[in-house]
Amino acid sequence: MKKLIIWHGELTTRGSLQRRGYSFLSSGMLWLLFFLVLPSLVLVALSFASRGSYGEVIWKFTLENYTRLMGFSVFGWTPDYLFILARSVEVAFLTTLISVIFSYPLSFFIASRPKNTRYLWLTLVIVPFWTNIVIRAYAWFLLLAPEFPLAKLATAVGLIPPETPLYPSAFAVYLGMVSMFLPFVTLPLYSSVERLDWSLVEAAQDLYSSRTRVFFKAILPQTMPGLSVGIVLTFVPAMGTFVIPDLLGGAKYMLVGNLIQQQFGASRDWSFGAAVCMGLMVLTMISLQLYRRRGEEIDLL
Amino acid sequence: MKSNKGKDLIIQDVDKSFGSVHVLKTVNQVVKAGEFFTLLGPSGCGKTTLLRIIAGLEIPTSGAIILGDENITSLPANKRHVNMVFQSYALFPHLNIYENIAFGLRSRKMNAAEIERRVSYGLEMLALEPMKKRMPDQLSGGQKQRVALARALVNEPDILLLDEPMSALDAKLRASVQEELRRLQRKLGTTFIMVTHDQDEALVCSDRIAVMSEGNIVQCGTSEEVYDYPCNRFVAEFLGAANMIQAKRVDGGVQTDLGFFTLSKIPTWSEGLITIRPEWIRICESQPASNGLLVTVEDSVYRGTNFDLLVTPGNLRVRTSSYKHFKPGDQIWLELTATDLVALGE
Repeated sequence: MKKLIIWHGELTTRGSLQRRGYSFLSSGMLWLLFFLVLPSLVLVALSFASRGSYGEVIWKFTLENYTRLMGFSVFGWTPDYLFILARSVEVAFLTTLISVIFSYPLSFFIASRPKNTRYLWLTLVIVPFWTNIVIRAYAWFLLLAPEFPLAKLATAVGLIPPETPLYPSAFAVYLGMVSMFLPFVTLPLYSSVERLDWSLVEAAQDLYSSRTRVFFKAILPQTMPGLSVGIVLTFVPAMGTFVIPDLLGGAKYMLVGNLIQQQFGASRDWSFGAAVCMGLMVLTMISLQLYRRRGEEIDLL
Repeated sequence: MKSNKGKDLIIQDVDKSFGSVHVLKTVNQVVKAGEFFTLLGPSGCGKTTLLRIIAGLEIPTSGAIILGDENITSLPANKRHVNMVFQSYALFPHLNIYENIAFGLRSRKMNAAEIERRVSYGLEMLALEPMKKRMPDQLSGGQKQRVALARALVNEPDILLLDEPMSALDAKLRASVQEELRRLQRKLGTTFIMVTHDQDEALVCSDRIAVMSEGNIVQCGTSEEVYDYPCNRFVAEFLGAANMIQAKRVDGGVQTDLGFFTLSKIPTWSEGLITIRPEWIRICESQPASNGLLVTVEDSVYRGTNFDLLVTPGNLRVRTSSYKHFKPGDQIWLELTATDLVALGE
């Protein structure tokens, strides 16, 4: 006889509960299977195929795409692709860092507003989402145009020659990236800051902590859950972003997202594109793993 | 741990407002070095605000806090040699017990050997040695409180502040912790300033009690002084049950609706209240020589250690030992001894 258990006032068996659980999960799992797991597997397979003369895929196993990504070609070794990958990591890292640095004061500011105006401030943070990213990028064109104060200021300081816009440039890319990803850090961070136990902050002050120590020992550990969500939500998409660097960075400021887009688009080299995708995925996973490891160390300290 | 360094705390004309709310109204008080001082009052009387001002977590609107011969009014909390046990204990949830206790010492960048020595002493003093590797959420309320105490005391502060330290403990534990706290304070000789709304806690622990109401210190004295000689109705009633009798001053005593009574201390007013604690009213076999009152028992409430008799006239409460039984309707003689009757001020 099957062992009966009581579950929320219902007499049932473990097996029946399990079946019910799977039936609830099945739709989501099928969706992920068909639209995430299978395409990813295709991508893995594709990265080991090669390109025919007309851009078609030739299903013959080869490591050529990966050696090419590492920079080896018939003309010798160039670090171009590796450089693009490294720059993508750098841009994603700095974008995340700048967003975090901006988000802390912003979240504390919003959390300290009276209840009735707090939602207005939160709405202001979300407002940019209401506009398409491409339109926002073009708005930056306008703001960075030579006639506008930012470019004039840069000219006056001597950073750029007169009558030139501030784009395309690394500065414009960061401006666009941070403005795009800031809400992804601010919102989860705010939810942590709002629930902050201030008595811990006071206890740290009472126990002779400097401001820095109060932040690292009383505020950071408490806001870690929100911060982690924000970091992952920013870093992962920032690694693969291509609209902003394409529009604000110009052709010379290529990131891995642009490279992938180019392979699947203009170059019609799907198999190499898939290999770059794999490279991006591996890098993202390594970064997240490093972050997790680092996080545990912080906990242990 | 060193014994007290003998620094008196002077609270001088301290005034505090939050917006339009006047929380402290020009409070003056001296807390002597090495005493267990308690701020007692109902919620909202400003006692916690005063404690936080001493800790440096609030800045007074005006007035000064002087520790020893140093004015510390505007000294931030992290520079004050004063430590606090928070109401919710505020232990760092991501640090184990050892690290929680070492927190203040690490902030002050003490050398490792000194930290080890002091934390070990703190762990031993509060019987926390076996749980030093545990995390705060694995401890019971009483253990958490001991960690909070150890965390503050290892810093050897001039003053230890305790904000409602028993409020998170259950009633049974509270009684033993009160005595333990008192013993600890006697042993260390550190000045303790405790905030509480529980009169038993205040009476058990303190050398001196300051009773607060609406931003003022109404009365300050030893436990006996404030309990036996309350200065007004608020203090009398806040510190326990008290019978109130309306009285007029006459030659040699007071005249009340219940008759004439002599008082060992003749009141200064011409009309006011006199009070007597229920347990001080004596039940007599026959009419006493003076200050006697014949009453009828209305109700008798059994309270374990004693009976509370409610009697008329006067609606008095009389606390009597439990071996002697009275029924409603019984007529008894009471003696309201002259030394136990206290005239209250305004």
